[in-house]
Amino acid sequence: MTTALIFLPLAGALLVWLLPLPGRASGVLATLIGLAEVALWAVAVRQFDFAQNLQLEDRQSWFDDLGVSYHVGFFGFSLWLAGLTVVVCAAGIGYATWANPERARAYQGLLLFLTGSIVGVFAAQDLLVFYVFFEAMLIPLYVLIGVWGGERRAFATVKFVVYTMAGSLLMLASIIVFGLSQGTFDLVDSGVSSNDWVFLGFLAAFAVKAPLFPFHGWLVDAYRESPPEVAAILSGVVSKAAVYGLFRIAIAKFPEPVQEFQVPILVAATIGLVYGSLLAFRARDVRSVTAYSSMAQMGLIVMGLFSLNELGINGAILQSVAHGLVSATLFLLAGMLETRTGTSAFARLGGLARGRPELATVLLVVGIIALAVPGSVSFAGEFLILAGIYAEGWAWAAIGAGAIVLAAMYMLRLISAVLHRSRGEAVRDEALDLRPAELAVVLPLLAALLFLSASPNSITERNFPIPGSDVSEAAR
Amino acid sequence: MIDAPKVDWLALSPTLALLAAAGVALLASVIGPAWFRRGFAAFVTFGGFVTAGVLAGFLFDRSPDAQPLLNESMTRDRWAALAAIVLAGAGALSVLVSWGETRRDHAGEYYALLAAAGAGMVFFVGASNLMTLFLGLEWFSLALYILCALDTHRATSLEAGLKYLIVGSFGSGILLFGSALVYGATGELGFAEIAAAGVTDDSLLLAGLAMIVAGLGFKASAAPFHMWTPDVYQGAPTSVTAFMSAATKVAALVLTLRVLTVAFPEQEHLWTVAVAVIAIVSLAVGNIAALVQRDVKRLLAYSSVSHAGFMLIAVAANSPLGGRALLYYLIPYSAMSIGSFAVVAARERELGAPVTLDNLGGFLWERPFLGASMWVFLLGLMGMPLTGGLVGKFYVFSAAYESGWWWLVVAGVIGTAISLYYYLRVLLAMWTRPEPTALRPVVAGGSPPRDPLLASAVFASFAVTIGSFFFVQPLIDLARDAADSLPF
Repeated sequence: MTTALIFLPLAGALLVWLLPLPGRASGVLATLIGLAEVALWAVAVRQFDFAQNLQLEDRQSWFDDLGVSYHVGFFGFSLWLAGLTVVVCAAGIGYATWANPERARAYQGLLLFLTGSIVGVFAAQDLLVFYVFFEAMLIPLYVLIGVWGGERRAFATVKFVVYTMAGSLLMLASIIVFGLSQGTFDLVDSGVSSNDWVFLGFLAAFAVKAPLFPFHGWLVDAYRESPPEVAAILSGVVSKAAVYGLFRIAIAKFPEPVQEFQVPILVAATIGLVYGSLLAFRARDVRSVTAYSSMAQMGLIVMGLFSLNELGINGAILQSVAHGLVSATLFLLAGMLETRTGTSAFARLGGLARGRPELATVLLVVGIIALAVPGSVSFAGEFLILAGIYAEGWAWAAIGAGAIVLAAMYMLRLISAVLHRSRGEAVRDEALDLRPAELAVVLPLLAALLFLSASPNSITERNFPIPGSDVSEAAR
Repeated sequence: MIDAPKVDWLALSPTLALLAAAGVALLASVIGPAWFRRGFAAFVTFGGFVTAGVLAGFLFDRSPDAQPLLNESMTRDRWAALAAIVLAGAGALSVLVSWGETRRDHAGEYYALLAAAGAGMVFFVGASNLMTLFLGLEWFSLALYILCALDTHRATSLEAGLKYLIVGSFGSGILLFGSALVYGATGELGFAEIAAAGVTDDSLLLAGLAMIVAGLGFKASAAPFHMWTPDVYQGAPTSVTAFMSAATKVAALVLTLRVLTVAFPEQEHLWTVAVAVIAIVSLAVGNIAALVQRDVKRLLAYSSVSHAGFMLIAVAANSPLGGRALLYYLIPYSAMSIGSFAVVAARERELGAPVTLDNLGGFLWERPFLGASMWVFLLGLMGMPLTGGLVGKFYVFSAAYESGWWWLVVAGVIGTAISLYYYLRVLLAMWTRPEPTALRPVVAGGSPPRDPLLASAVFASFAVTIGSFFFVQPLIDLARDAADSLPF
């Protein structure tokens, strides 16, 4: 089952690449594969028993002398992250079908390849398999940004790749040291380690991927230069690979170093949260606001994880899903704005609400969920995280709560700059309201957000088998 | 009546098959009509390499235990047999790559020399005595010197041949001198006998050991013995470069590990450090120098220097895992190296000019199959997933860590990180649209001529690169059986 979930998009990518279909048709094929993947995930959820730990396992020896096997499976929390992936990627593929870029076949195939490798990251139960999928994500991203990106794409891709690979290679060294000293690379069979250096190697990879302050240098360029659907996947889903890695590997396998480094990591996460929020407040266009708010939200999620208690981690998982959906929707909306006005800069936008009710409604709803209005899923996530981190010290929670006020400020600023005020110079009368195809992409994401807002416990009660247990034990 | 020594013909058969192919191809190029020479010689040489590969496979199957050959001047074991299989594969692919090269004269001799070089290498990896070692080394080196200089109308080819001849002879000279010193210290030539002589820290022996390592380092193009590599790789006909980059490295590294473990087990604490230092220098020099290259062949040449560094890490590990890692690494490395030079050759033929980062522009879109394959080869050289390059690096680093060389792992990781930059530049160049004026194809009108043989060589390399990622276990089992013949 898990293998099917990983390899359906990968096989789909091959199919799209090899079938000589015209652009739109290959987009439709890719969308169908993306939807089939969502359906397959739904089947997996139905089969999954949330009262148990690791399930849907597939295991096959890869090479035995070093104890490496192809081992995949899902925990409750990772199944949700995979669900986020398939939904956001299907939306991204759907949007790309509508936008119909040049060389659409190559493009759609890469998006499917990306989907499969991200699902693989969330399913990996062997360190080398994890590394393989973690790196495999990078290849399509590199091409997608490098070929189809904006003006400064060459610079953005090189920066992105060098940052992430530097982190990943340190992780590779850590994987080798950890695996050889444990005698197996399997995450289920291996025990815990107390080696600080190995822990830091893993941390480097995840801190860059998240990104955690001060490793966020690649973020804005990559998010700004990507095509909108790639930015959506990058910020919404790829960053969650860091969440999975931090929880499944760093926290679960390094209990002592985690305690030791808890405070420095929390400091970095808090700085990321506050600094990211401030930058988002100062940013001058929709994409930059979303990019910096992503950085802030990742800081918050890492705070939740490193509260090291059930409340905080549960909140971090919920917030990961919520932020993934929100940020993906915002980036897709930014893309839709750009196709209408040619810009996402606030100075040239404004007054888009008049005569465009659907765009206004969608943006407003997403914006309000993003600023964590009480009753929204983001509020639930942030509340749990703050409650969890409160146990570690009231000051963390106080700063976190303060940053949420900043979130309200930058999101409201975004909404008013785009929708209200006087009409911007880039906004012409011909700029249409959202088309049905665009709505078809955005509305499912919105529906998922609203559903989760109504019942966030559909995730929080299904993350870990036994409520109240030691969650880092549960992740082992 | 003198007793004829018993000759194990099966053990020699891969070498003999290649020698026979070389002889037949050479004869045909002398007595056959002009139109007949090139095709016949290519066919015979290809057949020779395939036969040698099959015979080596047979030999691998039939030699679970190492046996001395020809008065203990050679060894019949799986280590040599597996290396011979890789060499034969590299040779066969090189023949396919060579076919599209339009050469007015020396077409037959070209293939004959290729087969002779292959024969020399297959002989060389079986050597178990300093004399046969030197003999094998000179045998394949002479053939390669001529091959490099074969395109006499190109000044760079002549320059490459001359440079390789001079620097290579210097390397061989050092090796020979070292062998003489070792003989002087121990009175023995055979690897096992040198170890058995029990001389441990005689300064003559140590100087000889250092010179042997340096001499083999020349052939493996490990820094600081790499000075010839960029010029020769750039100047030689690209198909020769493809063959050299893979086969010479296989032969030199496989024999390096054999001679060091069999003949110098007592000096292990010295040569492992020396090899580790050479590995680090190769990683540093290869990766840093490649950063500024614009000529793709030169860039790949420096990349091959850095890969010599990676593989020497496995040698320095001096363990069964290291042996396995080395043999495993050589398989995808050979495929990626030959494949990437084959793609360069294809581009070179359609442009009629050396391939640089500038005129590679748009290649990915113009020739999707070759372009995508080149992508895979470069990703493999980087060590990215879905290619054997990743597993190779993983094994090498694991072997180094297991033997306690954690700083070699760190050096390897840093080297890999640096290497990303120049590999990415090639990848980037391949999809960037070229300036309209920069593109001047030789063939006016229509698409460039098809070259199905080159395409099949690229496809085979592609299949090995990807396949070695998914089927690690069978390859590692082979490598394990082979490494078991060495005394670790």
